Amino acid sequence: MLKVIHPGFFTTVQDTGRFGYREKGVPVCGCMDNYSASIANSLLENKETDAVMEITMTGPELEFHTSSFFSITGAEMSPTLNGIPVNSYEVHKAKEGDVLSFGKLINGFRSYLAVKGGFLTEVKLRSRSFYKPITDKNRIKERMEIPIEEHTEYSPIISHIKPEAWHKEHELIVYKGPEYKILKDDQLKLLFTGKFTIAKENNRMAYQLEELIGAHSHRMLTSATLPGTIQLTPAGKLIILMRDGQTTGGYPRVLQLATKSIAILAQKKFRDTVSFHPLRH
Amino acid sequence: MSSYPILIRPFGEDAILIEWPNEVSEAILYDILDFAESFKLVFKDSNKWELIPAYNSLTLINRENKIDFSKTKFLLQECFKNRKAGGHPQRYLWKLPVCYDLEFGIDLEEVSTTLGKSIEDIIKAHTHHIYTVYGMGFLPGFMYLGGLPKELETARKSVPRLRVFKGSVGLAGKQTGIYPQDSPGGWNIIGNCPISLFNVNLENPCFVNVGDQIQFYAITRAEYDLHRIETEVGIYNLDKIKIDA
Repeated sequence: MLKVIHPGFFTTVQDTGRFGYREKGVPVCGCMDNYSASIANSLLENKETDAVMEITMTGPELEFHTSSFFSITGAEMSPTLNGIPVNSYEVHKAKEGDVLSFGKLINGFRSYLAVKGGFLTEVKLRSRSFYKPITDKNRIKERMEIPIEEHTEYSPIISHIKPEAWHKEHELIVYKGPEYKILKDDQLKLLFTGKFTIAKENNRMAYQLEELIGAHSHRMLTSATLPGTIQLTPAGKLIILMRDGQTTGGYPRVLQLATKSIAILAQKKFRDTVSFHPLRH
Repeated sequence: MSSYPILIRPFGEDAILIEWPNEVSEAILYDILDFAESFKLVFKDSNKWELIPAYNSLTLINRENKIDFSKTKFLLQECFKNRKAGGHPQRYLWKLPVCYDLEFGIDLEEVSTTLGKSIEDIIKAHTHHIYTVYGMGFLPGFMYLGGLPKELETARKSVPRLRVFKGSVGLAGKQTGIYPQDSPGGWNIIGNCPISLFNVNLENPCFVNVGDQIQFYAITRAEYDLHRIETEVGIYNLDKIKIDA
């Protein structure tokens, strides 16, 4: 078991997602930056589907009540074990009583903490991904006890890897969305030459962008949306749906992010900038 | 069988969007559901796909994020052409109780003034009509219901509420619906349904399927309390009627 001493800004348990319930309106959820999460799991030779902790902006303080091994990937948040700095992208051993904390955010926005065997929070609709009201909690809380397996011996095949720099990229690869055709020449020019700033309205549901690209009056029937769907509101605002985003929407879906670009965007925070680059089918 | 023209397009790396003519029509919706059913029968790997029907579209999402688009498009076209009629699953008309007391119907008086209709007439019109579920989304268990009579069309509230209670029955534009959970929302609230539309502890968390129909009936405050308790302990008997194809 792992005890939450301090939950951090917004920390959740996530896995690869809740697949098979979108027709009933349940978002797929899962790790926002699934690339980093999967590296954290593979260092511990966990299953791809094992649940990790997604740590946003500032990290939690966690006390191990069970011996285990852990790894941290994604955003660099200056982690320490009992006050001693530990490297990200490396396997570490934790004993009963050890306290894992996080410090200053150096880069990125979301870190992934994996423990050997994964976090064993409740499975709801075949996934452990936090999403209220499917799971009881939408984030970890102070004094919460999170079940984990006990591991005292583990010799990893690879004990550390070089952190990747891809999540520091600012270029997002996009496909044409279903309503791409409503975009006018001047809007296309803005989209593909301009820089866009992440608005303060950014979370696991959606990222809004500050710059407007011009109003439209296109009306459409509600249809499915996906993580990475870029909607254009009538006022000309771009909204990029993320892993907890609603499963259907009525705004034109002008672009669709490539899968890897969703992970890149997940590492962006308020005031960061991104640009769009087309990849045509 | 049907001769609707359909458009099959890629939707990012892991999904395909199929669109039927751009109109709200039960015939189109049923054609989509027929097709979805034959897809499940014909495609051997159909368990790797998630199907989302909504109004005039069907979105197919591949779990393994790998689609050979031109090959899949060909197979989908073949499946569309060769399927047999009436392959859809049994559809039901669900009768859902609603308490329209002012305690729940917090916008009833305002709606009554705007529409120039008595509260009694609003309830009568709302319970008289049968609504078709054209899609589910927005929130887990939220139904997009079509078939609202013109006389009940109202504008959304200009300032949305930060919290609309679970079970609230609302009107907005051409739509009516039930909030399956507490949520922010801008619809005009006219009542509350005591039946839970979404239960996370069930393998099928929501009994309603797209293509089903809904009819509301008015209940008293005492009946509301009773049904609420029955639904909480899991003994509420849902009233459903088979719809013939």
